[in-house]
Amino acid sequence: MKLHEVFRISWDAITKNKIRSLLTMLGIIIGVAAVIMVVSISAGTEATISDQITGLGSNLIFVSANFTRGGPESFRSTSGGLVFSDADAIAQQISGVSGVAVEQDASETIKGNNVTLTDVSVLGTTIDFPTVRDMKVASGTYFDQTEVDHKEKVAVLGYSLAQSLFGDSDPVGQYLTVGTTKLAVIGVMAKRGTVGGTDFDARLYTPITVVFQKFTPSQFARFLGDRVRLIYVKVANQKSMNDVITQVQLLLYRRHNVTAASPDFTITTQQDIITTQESTTAAFRSLLAWVAGVSLLVGGIGIMNIMLVSVTERTREIGIRQSVGATTDDIRIQFLAEALLLSIVGGLIGLLVGLVGSMLFGAVSSMRTVIVPTSFLLAFGSAALVGIFFGYYPANRAAQLDPIEALRYE
Amino acid sequence: MSKQTIIETQNLTKVFGTGDASVKALNGISLKIGSGEFVAIMGPSGSGKSTLMHILGCLSRPTEGTYILDNQDVSNLDNKELAAIRNQKIGFVFQAYNLLPRTSALQNVELPLVYDRREGLHRTQGESETLARAMLEKVGLADRMDHQPQELSGGQQQRVAIARALVNQPVMIIADEPTGNLDSHSGAEIMNLLHEIHQQGATIVIVTHDPKIAAHTQRTIELRDGLIDKVNHNGNNDEQWKRH
Repeated sequence: MKLHEVFRISWDAITKNKIRSLLTMLGIIIGVAAVIMVVSISAGTEATISDQITGLGSNLIFVSANFTRGGPESFRSTSGGLVFSDADAIAQQISGVSGVAVEQDASETIKGNNVTLTDVSVLGTTIDFPTVRDMKVASGTYFDQTEVDHKEKVAVLGYSLAQSLFGDSDPVGQYLTVGTTKLAVIGVMAKRGTVGGTDFDARLYTPITVVFQKFTPSQFARFLGDRVRLIYVKVANQKSMNDVITQVQLLLYRRHNVTAASPDFTITTQQDIITTQESTTAAFRSLLAWVAGVSLLVGGIGIMNIMLVSVTERTREIGIRQSVGATTDDIRIQFLAEALLLSIVGGLIGLLVGLVGSMLFGAVSSMRTVIVPTSFLLAFGSAALVGIFFGYYPANRAAQLDPIEALRYE
Repeated sequence: MSKQTIIETQNLTKVFGTGDASVKALNGISLKIGSGEFVAIMGPSGSGKSTLMHILGCLSRPTEGTYILDNQDVSNLDNKELAAIRNQKIGFVFQAYNLLPRTSALQNVELPLVYDRREGLHRTQGESETLARAMLEKVGLADRMDHQPQELSGGQQQRVAIARALVNQPVMIIADEPTGNLDSHSGAEIMNLLHEIHQQGATIVIVTHDPKIAAHTQRTIELRDGLIDKVNHNGNNDEQWKRH
């Protein structure tokens, strides 16, 4: 009997009793749908996280100060600690750098245009900040080097901060009182959104020198001086990342008078952060996949059980087929083909349910879902294997029936 | 009528179980049935007639003795070979019709053709259907070929079963109590059909406990306790039986 005839007979048998077939497939449908949804949800989460990280600005190197355990005395030491002038040194002495930015933050009450806002995030930056952070100026300008050097009391507003204070009117040229200092608004940033938990639109940007002078608590200012926590370095070309990192390390070792064995700073890249995140989520994803895999296994057991019931109910039919000449192999192959067909059809339905479920979930919840095509192959392939594996025992039982007994069966 | 022997058994014995629990269902049956004969095997329950029928129908093997079917010794064939014999040489008709449920009459009649794997045979789906249709016409059910068993009366179902038994041109028909589940009217119809088929040259063996059915045949072989008790010759006039 040719292959297509085998499948025709098996297909007929399956469609003859649609309800039983559906119940048999249910385990596989749920298992496959579960695998697909689980994978798409965790892939979506991974994508969200890596988007957040790259949303900080691309091609970034983070140079962060290692604060040692010691108290204020360690801040006084002549060697060690990242300082403000390191940023300039990096910008000027290292090739392949397209921008260097330093930030220092504070929190102040702002009064302007008869509006008072408390606990507003104030960020002191250098002039490269927009470049390094991929932000654009919507109106007015960002401050320049002269203004930074002269500690000019100017401010650039984030998009939603400008709205909160000035509504629709143009803030450029207006004055604000930040804490006890009067600042002139010289620009407004374009909408940027929330990245990595920070709302860029709700901040006020001002020269870092102004923050050092006016918005840093005095006791810290005495000790910290011009020490900074973090320097952002934007690399011009992704490929020269490693080269730039080496240059920065050598430069800072020299400037800080430290050795490579015990540096007082750490360099990390976005890739490092992404890699850490990825390995965490990858571990999580594989755990979820195992759980979904177990449900697929359960689906296979379901197939086996229902097929055993099916074989018992069709004992007479098997006897009839044998009496007109069906061999043991014929019967076995027929039931195996049925199991395989059930798994394949169940797998396809599960695929559909998983796809629709993933899209619905992404639309309805705040979490993102990403369809991963390889998960289709994985889920579908395992469904087929499960069908053959768990269909084998019932198929064998059917094939071993004695025709005389089978014909007598009520 | 040809005198070729279709069935020949020599000292057929069948034992079920082992040791103290063993049962001797057949105790040495030797018989011959010629081509074109219409024979009944009769006996009360326990006489071994079902066991004999199963062996003649190649559904089981004898414990001892020989069974030669159509000049081939089938006594010790393996399961696969027996299946092929059942497919090509034997047509069964059962008391309970034994049609596949939820399957059309046409597909039921086609069933033996599906499992026919003779060397060099290349039958297409269309050809199988044509053969099946022809058989259904022969038994007078051409207009019911798309009906399923639950849509047919007992008599009609049995006619489908007979068509199925004939479709692959077997050397003999074995009918086990073919009218057992039918009322007297339908029963008579079926016996008429068997007479017709016999007239066209078929070899038919009916297994029954009912002497009135056995009387339709040319020869009745009576079994008792696993042995042939007596043989009656009933005359050979099919026309006399086809009164309606």
